Amino acid sequence: MKISVTVNGQTHESDVEPRTLLVQYVREDLGLTGTNIGCDTSSCGACSLHLDGEAVKSCTILAVQADGSKVTTIEGLATDGKMHPMQEAFMQNHGLQCGFCTPGMVMAAIGLLNENPNPTEDEVRIGLEGNLCRCTGYHNIVQSILACAKGGN
Amino acid sequence: MIPSLFDYKRASSAAEAISLVTEYGEDAKFLAGGHSLLPLMKLRLAAPSVLVDIGRLKDLSYITDAGSYIAIGALTRHMDVETSSVVKKHVPLLACAAGHVGDPQVRHRGTIGGSIAHADSASDLPATTLALGATYVVQGASGTREIAATDFYKGFLESALRPDEMLTEIRVPKMNGAGWSFQKFNRRAQDWAIVGVAAWRGNGGSGVALVNMGSTPVLATDVATALASGASVADAAELAAAQADPQSDLNASAEYRTHLAKVLVRRALEEASK
Repeated sequence: MKISVTVNGQTHESDVEPRTLLVQYVREDLGLTGTNIGCDTSSCGACSLHLDGEAVKSCTILAVQADGSKVTTIEGLATDGKMHPMQEAFMQNHGLQCGFCTPGMVMAAIGLLNENPNPTEDEVRIGLEGNLCRCTGYHNIVQSILACAKGGN
Repeated sequence: MIPSLFDYKRASSAAEAISLVTEYGEDAKFLAGGHSLLPLMKLRLAAPSVLVDIGRLKDLSYITDAGSYIAIGALTRHMDVETSSVVKKHVPLLACAAGHVGDPQVRHRGTIGGSIAHADSASDLPATTLALGATYVVQGASGTREIAATDFYKGFLESALRPDEMLTEIRVPKMNGAGWSFQKFNRRAQDWAIVGVAAWRGNGGSGVALVNMGSTPVLATDVATALASGASVADAAELAAAQADPQSDLNASAEYRTHLAKVLVRRALEEASK
């Protein structure tokens, strides 16, 4: 089926099988492998990206469902070689260990601040309930997000 | 994990969606947010040969104050139910329960109608709307009918919906200031409840329904009857599991679920009675 999806500002016209998952489409068809596949059962959040501005789990969405939509992946955050403030906050606060969950964490975190720009620590922890860090590095992930919020970003 | 092959049809109206499922029969399934159906398809526990995508029917995404009840379009997403000022004001128990479904990413995609039509007794919204005395409006090839939540849940993932029928609206009576509580016991963030309780009490009545205490959501009418005849919260809560038939699984034995139901119903009624 023919679909048209705008990913990180660039519109792609593609022909996909209806059963193609959105995560598969961005990774394999578009080569954007920053979005990871973790549990593949919409539990771990590693595949989180933004669909029309909201954080979603791309392992549980068909590419055909994203037809006509705007998608932002981790690759689309930096502008002019400058990291997004959330990426910068993760770097400054050591908000990652092995890095596998990081793209999903960053996308979920930006989505969280879009909906709640000044969250409490509890709200950040609850807001991240859909993202698992296999290193259990949650402390600095939460600190990164709070730092980003405090910075007005 | 990739679903098995299927044909994808995108409906541009409820009528077209119904005519498509009528055409393809029992092999066709509606796709709304997809957050119950796609995981089953990826695990190959479901393999519909045709998916009829109703996710773009924006006219079925609404929340309206209809006087004595709140009308919610079947394609309203959990996040919109959770954050709606109308729902929070008139049916706060439902807003709270909607905020317990999955996680934020799931709530951005999953819909109230999808969750109810899926009829999973472990999901939060079937039991919550059952406790609240909701009515479901369904549309089929032969017209529209209303099904009381009490008549809707027939068995494990089985509802009173006919193959050619689509759930279009959920009507939830206003709570009119009644006290309420939603209790969800689970061991992992974002997980389904091992046992959950949706309860309200006030204006001379009460309603208690149980999550994951059998093959269907359970309306614990024995508890409400006991409260109506003057029983204490503690005594009424002892009847919590009287009408339930819980299963044992990796998370909990049936005995443990029965115990949990009594404890959670007591907590819920204490909170709802404040």
